[in-house]
Amino acid sequence: MRKPLILAAILLLAHLALLVVHPSGAAQPPTSEGLDVGIVFDVGGRGDKSFNDGAYLGGERAEKELGARVRFIEPGEGSDREAGLRLLAAEHMDLVIGVGFIFTDDLTALAKEYPNVHFAGVDYAVATDPAGNVIAPPPNLAALKFREEEGSFLVGALAALVGHSKKVGFVGGMDIPLIHKFEAGYKAGVKQVCPDCTVIAQYAGVTPEAFRNPGRGKELALAQYQSGVNVIFHASGSTGLGVFEAARQTGKLAIGVDADQYQEAPGFILTSMVKGVDAAVFDAIERVKNGTFKGGIYQFGLKEQGVGYVYDANNRKLIPDSVRTRLEQLREQIVAGKIEVPSTR
Amino acid sequence: MIALAFIVQTLRIAIPYLLAAAGGVMSERAGLIALTLEGYMLGGAFGAAVGALTTGSPTVGAICGMVAGALLALLYAAASMKFRANQVVTGVAINLLVIGLTRFFLRLLYDSSSNSPRLPGFRGATGSGFGALVTNPLVWVGVVAFAFVGWLLARTAFGLRVRAIGEHPEAAASVGVNVERTRYIAVALSGVLAALGGVYLALDQHQFTDQMTAGRGFIALAATIFGRWEPKRVAVACLLFAAAETLQIQLQGTQHIPSQFVEMIPYVLTIVALAGVVGRAVPPAALGREEQV
Repeated sequence: MRKPLILAAILLLAHLALLVVHPSGAAQPPTSEGLDVGIVFDVGGRGDKSFNDGAYLGGERAEKELGARVRFIEPGEGSDREAGLRLLAAEHMDLVIGVGFIFTDDLTALAKEYPNVHFAGVDYAVATDPAGNVIAPPPNLAALKFREEEGSFLVGALAALVGHSKKVGFVGGMDIPLIHKFEAGYKAGVKQVCPDCTVIAQYAGVTPEAFRNPGRGKELALAQYQSGVNVIFHASGSTGLGVFEAARQTGKLAIGVDADQYQEAPGFILTSMVKGVDAAVFDAIERVKNGTFKGGIYQFGLKEQGVGYVYDANNRKLIPDSVRTRLEQLREQIVAGKIEVPSTR
Repeated sequence: MIALAFIVQTLRIAIPYLLAAAGGVMSERAGLIALTLEGYMLGGAFGAAVGALTTGSPTVGAICGMVAGALLALLYAAASMKFRANQVVTGVAINLLVIGLTRFFLRLLYDSSSNSPRLPGFRGATGSGFGALVTNPLVWVGVVAFAFVGWLLARTAFGLRVRAIGEHPEAAASVGVNVERTRYIAVALSGVLAALGGVYLALDQHQFTDQMTAGRGFIALAATIFGRWEPKRVAVACLLFAAAETLQIQLQGTQHIPSQFVEMIPYVLTIVALAGVVGRAVPPAALGREEQV
């Protein structure tokens, strides 16, 4: 009987001790003056070399250039996400940003609950009613959306132009509309420059685990490369690392996504379809500072330079000048509205 | 040619299942629910990454992965035997613990929440063919794992004791079998085997990725049950599940079979097996019991 009591006492003491721990650099509670911004990361958190790191960069830039005080929260699994957002909203931050489509429902609910707080959701999935009409997000919520299909269109054209094969590959993560956008744009891009090419499009699964299954990604890619595909574009989170591994193993090419992924497999990454999450986050913070923040849907496409593809010293030797010129022409045509890129398959 | 590609891919996918399910048989036959396979695998993958990155040797990595698996297994064994904790609850807790621990150390050691730097793998043939398969030593480990577990359980005195304590620990104890020690050894062995499945994944990817096992441990557990705890049948179940996955990979995008259907095959088969449609599935009698000797 004594032992458990002592143990419980020690645990209690440790608990109490931890309560008073105040890490250096911990955020001060928001004050009335200045700009207070809270950012809640998606699963993976900082250091994912992609999406969350992009949001972090945007926040950091806002700290430097706009003098904003930015507080970052990394949730664990499941319900912590909502708790993170709620904590920030309850402290009456000026702007609360949720990074990732997974925050869609939580943001919508909280925006209604805290009408005086500004909210922004990166990749916020705008709902539609049964008739197919868009349900507008609450007036204090900005949906930051990217026209991934436009960037995917360009890398699709690139894949077809340098692939030297009538087959082009695509590996998606979870089989959901958000990823179908990448597939649709990519396919359209391939068909634009090579009407008789076929796109083999495969998905790693139907659960969120499909975004972190490199083993499955590698198997999908190996099967595609074996069937005659020379270039694969992935939109599958860390599952794509398996695609890169397959490219290395078979000496073929892959296209990265979200951020420049060249360093994951130097020499085997043709390019990356990049999303300017940092710019979108910075933009939202700036609007709050200038008092021009409005709820609604914000689209970041080729025109706004919210999406694009990487062309730099690393991959220049993989992309001939004629191809580069062709891609730039296509970009201008899309920006000018002459080519309409589909966003559903 | 297509048939060979199919077989090679099935084997590649089956290796982690085979290793983990061999561990599953070991643990469950000794009377401890193998819900922790997923955790052992992930721990093994992380151990392999740390070992290989620190020393530059994939062999050392494999050993580190096995040690990690054994430690996790001993933790599970201690919680469920010494402290008589509910095995399902402990199993889930250990799986969650490993997810958190690996992520924590990934950040601490390699400053990333998603993946480790590139690590050295076994030097084998490149490509996606037969050559690359047979030059990977871990493939051979996976192939012999089941022969080893089958032999251990059926032909050795230790195996007889394991089976006895899985069915009726009191009876085993009454004839002088040290139930606790035998269980500790069996569970540690199950941790080592399942961890090797994770080691295979990490070395094959040349990287550790957050939660990279992606539910493979649960598929292996499903195979253990579907194979009715008989090593041979379980091995066949692993190959069957891997073949279904290969089929899905090969057909997806060309044929219109909803991928959801193929993904649920292992679980549906497991339910079918448990419902007694294909013969009766009788688990080891003492499986999951808390009031043990």
